[in-house]
Amino acid sequence: MDSSPVVSAGDAFGAYASVPPFWRRVATKMLGGPMISLGILGGLVFVAVFADFLAPYPYNGTSRYTPEVGELRNKYLPPMWQARGKPQFILGTDQQGRDILTRLIYGSRISLKVAVAAVLVSGVIGTALGILSGYIGGWVDMVVMRLTDSWLALPPVTFAILLAAVVKPNEWNIVVILGVVYWTRYARVLRGEVLSLKERDYVRLAIVAGCSRLRIMWTHIMPNIANSAVVLATLQLGVVVIAEATLSFLGVGVPSPQPAWGVMLNDGRAGLMTGSWWLSVFPGLCIVLVVLAASALGDWFRVWSDPQLRQL
Amino acid sequence: MAQPLLEVKQLQTYFFSAQGTRVVKAVDGVSFTLNEGETLGVVGESGSGKTVTSMSLLRLLPPAARIVGGEIWFQGENLVTKSEREMRQLRGSQLTMILQDPMMSLNPLFTIGEQIAEPLRIHRHMRGARLRERIKELLRGVRIPSPEVRLREYPHQMSGGMRQRIVGAIGISCEPKLLIADEPTTSLDVTIQAQYLNLLKDIQQRSRLAMIFITHNIGIVAKMCDNVGVMYAGKLVERAPVRTIFNQPAHPYTEALLHAVPKLTDRSKRLWSIEGQPPDLTNPPTGCPFNPRCPQAEDRCRREVPPEFQVGENHYTRCWLWEGR
Amino acid sequence: MQRYILTRLFYAFISLMLLSVTIFVMIRITGDPVVLMADPGAKEEDLQALRKELGLDRTYVEQYVIFITKLARGDFGKSFMYRIPVFELYMQRLPASIQLAGAAMAISIILGIPLGIFAAVRVNTWLDSFCNVFGNLGLATPSFWLGIMLMLVFAVNLQWLPVQGSGTLKHIIMPAVALGLVFTAANMRLARSAMLEVLGSEYIKLARIKGLTEGLVILKHAFKNAIIPVLTFACINFALIMNGSVVVESIFAWPGIGRLLYEGISSRDFPVVQATVILGGVMIIFVNLLVDLLYAYIDPRIRYGQ
Repeated sequence: MDSSPVVSAGDAFGAYASVPPFWRRVATKMLGGPMISLGILGGLVFVAVFADFLAPYPYNGTSRYTPEVGELRNKYLPPMWQARGKPQFILGTDQQGRDILTRLIYGSRISLKVAVAAVLVSGVIGTALGILSGYIGGWVDMVVMRLTDSWLALPPVTFAILLAAVVKPNEWNIVVILGVVYWTRYARVLRGEVLSLKERDYVRLAIVAGCSRLRIMWTHIMPNIANSAVVLATLQLGVVVIAEATLSFLGVGVPSPQPAWGVMLNDGRAGLMTGSWWLSVFPGLCIVLVVLAASALGDWFRVWSDPQLRQL
Repeated sequence: MAQPLLEVKQLQTYFFSAQGTRVVKAVDGVSFTLNEGETLGVVGESGSGKTVTSMSLLRLLPPAARIVGGEIWFQGENLVTKSEREMRQLRGSQLTMILQDPMMSLNPLFTIGEQIAEPLRIHRHMRGARLRERIKELLRGVRIPSPEVRLREYPHQMSGGMRQRIVGAIGISCEPKLLIADEPTTSLDVTIQAQYLNLLKDIQQRSRLAMIFITHNIGIVAKMCDNVGVMYAGKLVERAPVRTIFNQPAHPYTEALLHAVPKLTDRSKRLWSIEGQPPDLTNPPTGCPFNPRCPQAEDRCRREVPPEFQVGENHYTRCWLWEGR
Repeated sequence: MQRYILTRLFYAFISLMLLSVTIFVMIRITGDPVVLMADPGAKEEDLQALRKELGLDRTYVEQYVIFITKLARGDFGKSFMYRIPVFELYMQRLPASIQLAGAAMAISIILGIPLGIFAAVRVNTWLDSFCNVFGNLGLATPSFWLGIMLMLVFAVNLQWLPVQGSGTLKHIIMPAVALGLVFTAANMRLARSAMLEVLGSEYIKLARIKGLTEGLVILKHAFKNAIIPVLTFACINFALIMNGSVVVESIFAWPGIGRLLYEGISSRDFPVVQATVILGGVMIIFVNLLVDLLYAYIDPRIRYGQ
């Protein structure tokens, strides 16, 4: 027979293509992995942090326009590559003459802040409740689970709208609201994990050793579910971005004139009839891009962190 | 002598990773013969290639696997060259299989009657009353009481033993020539196992059914089989009649396997096990695959893969120790 | 099966109770119920009367009881804008939303499920990759943006379809597609993964061993098993679609409850907003219950189970 450990596929019964060359394998690995998503999200963070330097008309008063203030004589200018467009306004202007590109750039800051903060809040609440519910069990568990079930029954967006309608609209209220609306997913999933972790030997040993419940939950249980929690969080990121955009679109999220993308979409409605497509298309594209990147990253992370799902 | 029912010659089934870069030689040059009415036991550890061999016979391999070499002569025809359509006609009618876990093998959404009816409808074109009668007959044949009632029931309403018997009934429904049983008793209670095995033997005697019995349980082999094949790392390292395997094992692995079975009369305190681990098939050792764990390994064993040597009548082994004897 | 049904009913009931408590508490924490429920132009006496009516001078428990009894009777207060009981208003608008949601759900099922099944059967081929990409895009696109894009292309530019309003088939296409796309993608994903899981199971193996044709294996065995979670999900989606239609309905001026909610928000008509949310929740609980019961009927393990 033969004694070489790995047969190049070309030797086998014929039908298989030869091994792809080194560079092609590298390219597949790079594109297939989280590179693009990380790139997009990294770009987002970069833009958000350095908005003041990147935006044509930043807040810091170096020009007479800002993301929130423009001049009416510049209103509804199309992107610069179109007929009436001007090079000062690369992607065009909105109904108040504000530069779209600048607003998009600053909008990234808002989206990022709100999304990350909301995910953190919902993650903390959900994880805490999940751990408590799973570990302590008994009536605590029952109460939390019923609460989760009925909370899940509330349509998240509508619920968020309700809450937002009641409070004053501003960024941090939105963060809290979104956090409060979206914690249930974490609680459910993590509780399941905690339940199985409870039976592990090292937990039992800790109990026998006399550790307090709080200590066990903090030092033993939590690090082990942190993985799943992070996976959930990355998956939720996209959801939250859309939720915030929806709220802002409806006027109960980040308040106008702040340049949140959802707000921009709402402003864009007025321009639809006149065919001013750039007010709507660009903010929407940004949202789609960010959500895609976040979900792709979340998916990749989920597969990566679960050895069972990884292919050999 | 009559033509053997099944003759497998140098079967090779390999698994290919997605990019075609890695190859696992799950079945590497396996040959054996089976006559009508005989039972062949295939023994080996998990991952030795037993199941892949049986799936290769049926040509039901997952997309990552291919038969890359060898021939499978069944009733005078080479199964490797047959089209999918032709194979489908054989499957379920001439050539069938029983799987390990009966709860998983039966579709939870269909009645027992429906599941037994399927192969009969397709291969024997039975309908209506005749079909129902045949189903009841089959259920009686596997000793399931009140078949008229059972017909309409669902898998989850039955016990594990009953389910496995139903799987058996499905298997023999079209009176096949060859039945492959892949660890059929592993998921049954010990008490039920014996009953089931007796049932299988009974059926076999009534209908001259040939069986391939895949198991890792040597005890079952002793009870049920006429011939035995021992597999290791995708190769058939020894094959012989059952008595010979137990009394005069030739291959060191076979010896080790037999030694590892605890006997009632054994007074020693520790259970004996074979040292080492089964080889990683993505990176198998050079030469004879058993050499890292073989107490009698020589230099040659590490370099060259041994071919089959004859040890006695119908007794073959792949081991350099038997060269030229 | 009896036990299963009873348990489900019980859970639904508890969910309803918890829903009402949640709303009750939320309102009290985040705002002043009187200010919210009262007409903007109300005078002090009106406010006082409202206070008494809501029971704000009594204990929380009593307030809750009042709240809950009102809800049970369908008294959600009066709309400021329309000056009729909100419940009536809601019921007037409901049919239009059901229509739209039905259309969206139909699209999501007819497009999504077959695509998902195909992708699973032809896994790792270009069709599968295409479906993957489509799925990702669909889930990432906010429905309102899609609606706007559709409007731009088909109504403003090409002028094939009317921009807004309701009444004819032409009117319903764009909003239904905009609303349904996300769910098409979700259904497709779920159908694909459910199908893949089923295709890997032992009974499918056995079906092939029996010699069934591939078509039979897939359509008869795999499909029936895979379709259960998928249909369940698709049906639960109905309530989600209904409730998520706020934005799409407002963009396309579709006279449903979503638009009602939007109007309520823009005109600070709180009773309308509260009622929409509560009734939305009730609907979801109700639909979930129905789906659970349907499940009990389809899956013989539950129907004849122990």
